[in-house]
Amino acid sequence: MGKAALGLLTVLICGGALAQESGEHSGPVEWKSWQAHTDIANKASLQRGARNFVNYCLGCHSLQYMRYNRLAADLGLTEEQLTSNFMFSGGRPFDIMKTAMPSADSANWFGKTPPDLTLIARARGTDYLYQFLKTFYLDPERPTGVNNLALENVAMPAVLADLQGTQKAVFVLEKKNEGNGEQMVRVFDHFEQAAPGRMSGAEFDDFVRDTVNFLDYVGEPVREKRESLGLWVVLFLLVFTGFAWALKKEVWKDVH
Amino acid sequence: MATATPGAAGTKGGRWAAFVSWIDARLPISEFWRSQASEYYAPKNFNFWYYFGSLALLVLVIQLVTGIFLTMNYKPSEAEAFGSVEYIMREVEWGWLIRYIHSTGASAFFIVVYLHMVRALLYGSYKNPRELLWIIGMLIYVSLMAEAFFGYVLPWGNMSFWGAQVIVSLFGAIPGIGPDLVEWIRGDYSISDITLNRFFALHVAALPLVLILLVVVHVTALHEVGSNNPDGVEIKKHKDSKGRPLDGIPFHPYYTYKDLVGVGVFLVLFCGVIFFAPTLGGLFLEHPNFEPANALNTPEHIAPVWYFTPYYAILRAVPDKLTGAALMGAAVLLFFFLPWLDRSPVKSIRYRGWLFKTFLGAFIVAFIGLGYLGLQPAQGSYVLAARVLAVVYFAFFLLMPWYTRVDKTKPVPDRVTYHG
Repeated sequence: MGKAALGLLTVLICGGALAQESGEHSGPVEWKSWQAHTDIANKASLQRGARNFVNYCLGCHSLQYMRYNRLAADLGLTEEQLTSNFMFSGGRPFDIMKTAMPSADSANWFGKTPPDLTLIARARGTDYLYQFLKTFYLDPERPTGVNNLALENVAMPAVLADLQGTQKAVFVLEKKNEGNGEQMVRVFDHFEQAAPGRMSGAEFDDFVRDTVNFLDYVGEPVREKRESLGLWVVLFLLVFTGFAWALKKEVWKDVH
Repeated sequence: MATATPGAAGTKGGRWAAFVSWIDARLPISEFWRSQASEYYAPKNFNFWYYFGSLALLVLVIQLVTGIFLTMNYKPSEAEAFGSVEYIMREVEWGWLIRYIHSTGASAFFIVVYLHMVRALLYGSYKNPRELLWIIGMLIYVSLMAEAFFGYVLPWGNMSFWGAQVIVSLFGAIPGIGPDLVEWIRGDYSISDITLNRFFALHVAALPLVLILLVVVHVTALHEVGSNNPDGVEIKKHKDSKGRPLDGIPFHPYYTYKDLVGVGVFLVLFCGVIFFAPTLGGLFLEHPNFEPANALNTPEHIAPVWYFTPYYAILRAVPDKLTGAALMGAAVLLFFFLPWLDRSPVKSIRYRGWLFKTFLGAFIVAFIGLGYLGLQPAQGSYVLAARVLAVVYFAFFLLMPWYTRVDKTKPVPDRVTYHG
């Protein structure tokens, strides 16, 4: 019964999120409160995220502290599955996941070398990454033609536009008083779809969620092991403390 | 078990006793054990607050041992430091565990030391005849701050870099020699490979030696004057015919076994953090430190780790850099003078009046409040709040000669009371 209630709750949350993100709005879209809702225990999601990463991210971004075979071991992939589906530029299974793009070239092309993403989820958090990947919008003033709500004047092009489609950001002018008198400030209100992508809104959300989930895992591959081991360690220590307490009581029984 | 204790040597036990007496003729280990443990008398009324001395010693050992293993794989260079930490986290056998124990241990060290210090404030443990014991303890605290600061720079994350930049630049506020002094500390015109290398040397060799030496001196001084207790009465005033304090019990086995329970509870909490929340939401390991040091990219707001934030809040509460840095230094230094600022005839809070209780309560609130504010951006009402709390902080020390003298005290019992 608890499970059913949880299921209903999930539907309600997702339903709410969909209505909010599909543009049927009353008031501004609260993109800063979007949550990634990732789960590193979900192996299927991690596998899809790994697929998304090698297809869409690895072209520019490295995971320089992550080895391919660690990925295979943790995600339950055979070496054959690994080499034929995840390693496009040859190499050996124990290689690190380094982009083929020379950093000097990418610095030239984008203005800066695309950052390594091994620890990005630990540095910025999963919600931020989820928001970042979903809030690219058309901006003709930028060299790439796009801008981003979460990271203003981002150097990265909208590489997922093919899936998400393109969107315009609608801003409204609001009076704001920030200490130096009233000023008109441009405030984001909502998105308008400019061109459709290959995915529906919900499909794209899942795509981003899987990718962010994968980055969360990559940030600390040992996390699952850490938590399951921790349970035994703490359990042992509780028993130890119980014995220590009994021993202390015995030793102290003549003190008063 | 009785035959295994060195104190029982000579009663029976044949070979073991012979072995111990062979050693004793050359090195007085039995005498040491007797004077420091089995016949070292501690008050029998220790309460919760008396666990943190032995716990601090435990954490010191944990930090030394894990630190040695980290040193085997860490590379103190600008190019390799950040990567070598990730190498430890991912490739070294159990490296992640050793690193998390060490990083959590740093915070745990300050938690137990702060609680240890609160104990001294509650029960007047810094007062005559324990002034020197208190000063040595404060020297340990200051060395620990230096040790923690240098250690925080080593992972070479972006907060390591900018934290070092801010803290070292404080010395630049000293008139005249400031700028040259900063350059001398860094060994370079900015925080660099050279700085990292020397901070590594200080973190793994110089300060651990200082800490170990000071801890030995601290315990020696403690065992000379004897422990204070929650009643603040001297147990040495009432002795039996054999010269043993009537309210004292031998440290071993009573407090060795009692402290073992404390160790158990501590380790449950400690391992809870290590295994389930090693960053503690960015409090023990800050999020920006998962990005490598970058001189061109300043973190949104630079905050030190939580154990320094009370002082950091005081620094930022003052608009003038030199005054701010001076007040920050004074906030630490004032602790040294406590034995002489406190004019009360009684030690323990149990027999003090409402004035002291109010000031001490306000001080603890101010310390925690400043700690919180030091983590927030320095703007608007936060700065105002920090100023108010800083005034409370300093009032606790500077008004102490007055309020401890006029405060009404209760009569102190002759012997310790026992609350179980």
